Amino acid sequence: MAEHDELRVGVDVGGTNTDAVLLDGRNRLLAKIKHPTTPDVTTGLLSALQQVLRQEPDAAARVGRVMVGTTHATNAILHRRNLRRVATVRLGGPATHAVPPLRGWPADLRASISCGETIVDGGVEMTGEPLVPLDEDAVRRFLDSVSEQAEGIAVAGVFSPVLPDQEYRVEELVAEVLGERPVSLSHEVGSLGLLERENATVLNAALVEVAEQVTAGLQNALSALGISVETFVAQNDGTVMSLDYARRYPILTIGSGPTNSMRGAGHLTGERDALVVDVGATTTVMGMLTQGFPRESTAPVDVGGVRTNFRMPDLVSLSLGGGTMVGPPGTGILDAGSVGNRLSAEALVFGGGVPTLIDAAVAAGRAAVGDVGRTTGHTRLLHRAVAACDTRLAEAVDRVKASAREVPLIAVGGGSALVPQDLPGVLTVHRPEHHEVANAIGAAVAGVSGAVDRVFSYVNGREEAIAEAVRLARDEAIRAGADPGLVDVVEVEEIPLAYLTQPVARLRVKAAGPLRMP
Amino acid sequence: MQIDLGNLAALALGCTVSAGGGGGDPRIGELMAAEAIERCGPVEVRPLSSFGEAEVIMPCGMIGAPTVMMEKIPHGAEGRIIRETYEKQFGLPVAALMPFELGGLNGVLPVAWAAHAGLPLLDGDLMGRAFPELHMLTPHLSGMSGSPAVITDERRQTIVFDARDNVWLEKLVRNCVAALGGSACGGLYTMTAAEAAGPVIEGTVTRALGIGEALRRDGEDRVAAVARVTPLARLGQGKIIDIERRATGRFVQGSTLIEGHGVDAGRLFRLEFQNENLVLLEDGAPLATVPDVITLLNAHTGHGLVTEETRYGQRVEIVVFPAPAAWTSAAGLAAVGPRAFGYDFDFVPVQVSGG
Repeated sequence: MAEHDELRVGVDVGGTNTDAVLLDGRNRLLAKIKHPTTPDVTTGLLSALQQVLRQEPDAAARVGRVMVGTTHATNAILHRRNLRRVATVRLGGPATHAVPPLRGWPADLRASISCGETIVDGGVEMTGEPLVPLDEDAVRRFLDSVSEQAEGIAVAGVFSPVLPDQEYRVEELVAEVLGERPVSLSHEVGSLGLLERENATVLNAALVEVAEQVTAGLQNALSALGISVETFVAQNDGTVMSLDYARRYPILTIGSGPTNSMRGAGHLTGERDALVVDVGATTTVMGMLTQGFPRESTAPVDVGGVRTNFRMPDLVSLSLGGGTMVGPPGTGILDAGSVGNRLSAEALVFGGGVPTLIDAAVAAGRAAVGDVGRTTGHTRLLHRAVAACDTRLAEAVDRVKASAREVPLIAVGGGSALVPQDLPGVLTVHRPEHHEVANAIGAAVAGVSGAVDRVFSYVNGREEAIAEAVRLARDEAIRAGADPGLVDVVEVEEIPLAYLTQPVARLRVKAAGPLRMP
Repeated sequence: MQIDLGNLAALALGCTVSAGGGGGDPRIGELMAAEAIERCGPVEVRPLSSFGEAEVIMPCGMIGAPTVMMEKIPHGAEGRIIRETYEKQFGLPVAALMPFELGGLNGVLPVAWAAHAGLPLLDGDLMGRAFPELHMLTPHLSGMSGSPAVITDERRQTIVFDARDNVWLEKLVRNCVAALGGSACGGLYTMTAAEAAGPVIEGTVTRALGIGEALRRDGEDRVAAVARVTPLARLGQGKIIDIERRATGRFVQGSTLIEGHGVDAGRLFRLEFQNENLVLLEDGAPLATVPDVITLLNAHTGHGLVTEETRYGQRVEIVVFPAPAAWTSAAGLAAVGPRAFGYDFDFVPVQVSGG
């Protein structure tokens, strides 16, 4: 089949809705559907797929690729559901004993996940030289001691992002001692910062069950439709992974919702460097696309009460949305909370009695919904609310932008009418059609990436070190399936380290590109 | 006075403020201290006057890159190993630990070691802030030797330095730390309580604690609350609009541009740093300089910003704390005044208004 005939399916399984889109070979939208998410997921997924495929003749046979984004992993951690029992092996002794594994975890989450932790001698320096040799006997003894309980093993070594050999060795030892047992290696999950990376690795190992359910459900839904093509799962960095990889690294799906929404917004407008703001009924989330990918957070990210450092989009969340109540005197004008999903009954313009930001947007002429006449008695209050909302959005713009340069802003989501046409530091405001399925579109157009986050010495020159980091990131993207001719470096961040004798810097480089055609 | 699980976080927060932009994120030290306090109990904080003249005080902390310590976390017994090495050298028991640098990571790390060793912590330090080099400690001003200094690594290797002078000590220790992988723990300027009476800047542990507690109180002007704990000057508020950093070898140098907001709208501040914040300039003229402690407070969280973490768009308040008296003497300014960092102007003492 010629590649331009091939159809692409994008699906986003959210907490409320399962959205599906069908794109043609040039990534143009052919069909879209919103379907309620069902508790078992598969039923809703199957139904959404059926409905979207029905809109295009002979679609099932022409589908070349299916890309799916899901919030299952996030929900499993939040609700402590379907989590596997994990044994944690840290390679870092005699260092690192001062802070043992899983310190600071919520007690109930720890109780439902961990069945044992150990620190064995091992780990490497930032140069890759061993700290001390890996104590393989200690690893074997620990694995023996948890062989009954452990359903998965998490392995985290000091500076393993620099040299992962010891983590691979422990994976071999697990196979030797325990046979088939899923293993999560920290260098494939997180970046520098041992405790946060270790936390992310343990969560990942606990999510393997969820990953298997999701991938099995997806495969069942597709085979019920007679579709047998390459299927991918969306990650939180705007790229996708194979089902096999998703089974091994489910934590990388956490945060894929906002990422897909941003990537979809970029695709709908053709912008590669832009702010994206998603305004809902209760919350507003803003992020930054750089070269088409969401900028990643450099600060640790909280997942279910646990500090982690795996790559996540760098987002600013505001408690601000169409349903935000315009405050009674005495509180801050926008601090009274939101009417949430009762918006269509309670807002003034919809016949209710609560002044909300959607009323303010209508009164200011930004939105044309409901009955504008019902806002007349509240004009002054609503105008003040619009001004306060604009100030908060302007502040968020500044927090999200990486420089003073003006950039376009893409407004999506049900409350996006709140976003004014003029914001300081913003070049233009886009309001794309189909923005309500931006998530699913983002999944459908996802690429693949490679990343490097390591400490490099500048002894042979800064340029050489950066070139080396870029080469490593590009190679990884190509190994992950990117088209070698189309891989771009999308992010280079340099953080020099203080208090050393020679110039040394932490380099974070990311390369990404579209998938190579089969 | 003691440090326990209830006030440890406030101490760590205060250490982000007292560091003046350097010293690294205290978080790993805070986690170590929490673990040690949980296992061994709270740490008693005592004034210098409570120690007998002959009792031995051991200043200690980490040396090297705090970023490295985020991976290569200490084992926790470093304080005990340094102490035992000294006790073998002097034949006298160490009576108390003391942070040599009350700023950043080093403000909390000795708390972990004191808990682990079951020893009190002296309420004071030898910098009253963060500085990059081992001769930038107050005892150096009065000609006291930092040697013998003890360095230990996570492999429990120890090295004792007996250097010709403190500049050599800095050079030897810094190179040794590089060989050990970029971070190590050490003790230096170990002294008796009688000797400590001159150089120790007293009360800095409780002061950092007070700053942290003031910042954690909700619902009021945080900076005004800090000003009630310790004198300070508010030099401006604004937004970071540019940040430039470069690794020059031993230091990270650079500058931050801050555009004034609110009452400071229309002003433009330039903050230059070398690991720590050095000078605050407006229209080319210094508003504040080392050794006064120049700190950017994150307007949203109240945290003191470490230079590694500053980025475009952050809303900040520029606060300056007067330097400890030792640093504003002629000898102090020669060691750590603006000219010592290559500037062609003299120290500009900050004018403190009442809280």
